[in-house]
Amino acid sequence: MTRIRLARNLANHRFPGRADEDERSEILSLCRESLAETPGLKRSFSVTMEELDSQQRQLLVERHLVSRELIDAKLGAGAVINRDQSISVMINEEDHLRIQVLRTGFQLKKAWNTIDALDTALESSLNYAFSSQLGYLTACPTNLGTGMRASAMMHLPALVIVGHMEKVVRAVNQLGMVVRGLFGEGSDASGSIFQISNQTTLGEAEPVIVKRLQSVLKSIVEHELNARDRLLEKSPGKLPDKIGRAFGILKHGHLISSSEAMNLLSLVRLGVDLGYFPEEQRLAIDRLFIEAQPGHILHRSGKTELESEDRDCLRAEQLRSEFANFMSPNYDSFGNN
Amino acid sequence: MASPLKCDLCDNLATVHLTQIVNQKVHKVDLCETCAQAKGVTDPSGFSLSDLLLKASLNPEPSAASGLRCEQCGFEPEEFKKTGRFGCPACYEALTGMVDPMLENMHKGTAHVGKVPEHALERKELEDRLTALESNLKIAIDAERYEDAAKYRDEIVQVREEAGLAQIGSI
Repeated sequence: MTRIRLARNLANHRFPGRADEDERSEILSLCRESLAETPGLKRSFSVTMEELDSQQRQLLVERHLVSRELIDAKLGAGAVINRDQSISVMINEEDHLRIQVLRTGFQLKKAWNTIDALDTALESSLNYAFSSQLGYLTACPTNLGTGMRASAMMHLPALVIVGHMEKVVRAVNQLGMVVRGLFGEGSDASGSIFQISNQTTLGEAEPVIVKRLQSVLKSIVEHELNARDRLLEKSPGKLPDKIGRAFGILKHGHLISSSEAMNLLSLVRLGVDLGYFPEEQRLAIDRLFIEAQPGHILHRSGKTELESEDRDCLRAEQLRSEFANFMSPNYDSFGNN
Repeated sequence: MASPLKCDLCDNLATVHLTQIVNQKVHKVDLCETCAQAKGVTDPSGFSLSDLLLKASLNPEPSAASGLRCEQCGFEPEEFKKTGRFGCPACYEALTGMVDPMLENMHKGTAHVGKVPEHALERKELEDRLTALESNLKIAIDAERYEDAAKYRDEIVQVREEAGLAQIGSI
């Protein structure tokens, strides 16, 4: 999955963290008004955080549509999300506007074209804070300049298994990119899913940053594929064993925590890459990565709260029923990566 | 004797010392045991040193920051130390002395070379023209040069109309 976000602020207004309630409300209505008129966002879902209960907020976070910071924000925080959930705009998070475009697969260029057009359209009715020297002005100086963070989620199970992630993180850092867990800053790397994004935003044009990220992603993919080949060559039984066991637990387990589910799903996804499972099953696995999150389990149960053990039980139940329809792994097929 | 190094994130004694090259620049971070654990230094897969480095570079030099204040929102450098964020867009100009040294370590460059919002620039230009015309108008009235004053007033009306076409409402 690819994601690009732009941080934008309105001129002559204090940043959300410092603005008082009245100013934040004013910013919220100014932004919502403009967003409602913007092509591509006309029939969107527009809410303030106060209108949502904690369960609904959690669902939005687990779907990567809003950040944890937004749902904890003070009064006046809102979000506008388009119908297919590929565009979401957070209002009064760290900056007045955080515009985000999500795409499946590695489609950084397309994501940039979409967000660029959206931003230009918004700018005709909103007075952005901009300086010719420092670019788009943001609450935190780490976002100055383009205000752009481009990122891709990468599934890197083999690099984790062979213990090379540390080396990758170091190398990627030196190229001005950052590696984070699935849910961004401070989150862990369960499921071997990592988010790789640009670290710096000032001093380079957006297409240059995107291109550099693309080449970094390409070389990480190569490393991951090499690690898989080496693993299969050195100890041919290791990956099929891990994948087969993961499949067994998903199919027959009765108590599965969310981080265990992530790790098991990650292995089965690797199994799809290696051709042990049919390609069509990848979609279901990617969906389960989200549906196995605590907020989604709670939502599915129809209750307002659940003890952790009950949640693990319901999660395992859902996974059992999903995996009942899965074909058993076929280890004879050749890896198609 | 040199004083022992303090943790970059709190004031405890630093026992974990990291050095890394990011963007061809050497960065050093000193942390205490607790912060190192909290930041996941012990778990390399979930840890990004550059995230941490950025936060550390957010601590402005005390000398560069003293006596500065943003007139627009009343923001003072001391608050930046606590939150790592500025108060309003105007802070960047008001606190230049503090911002500039910070940016060198933080980014690839110190000048923006990316997208430029055309409307924002047009609006800025109109605003600047309007401010200049208003001040000329005031000078003309004070000097009882009414013919000039009438000319400036007409121009102001014209600029406001232009601004209206650019959909900015009142400026």
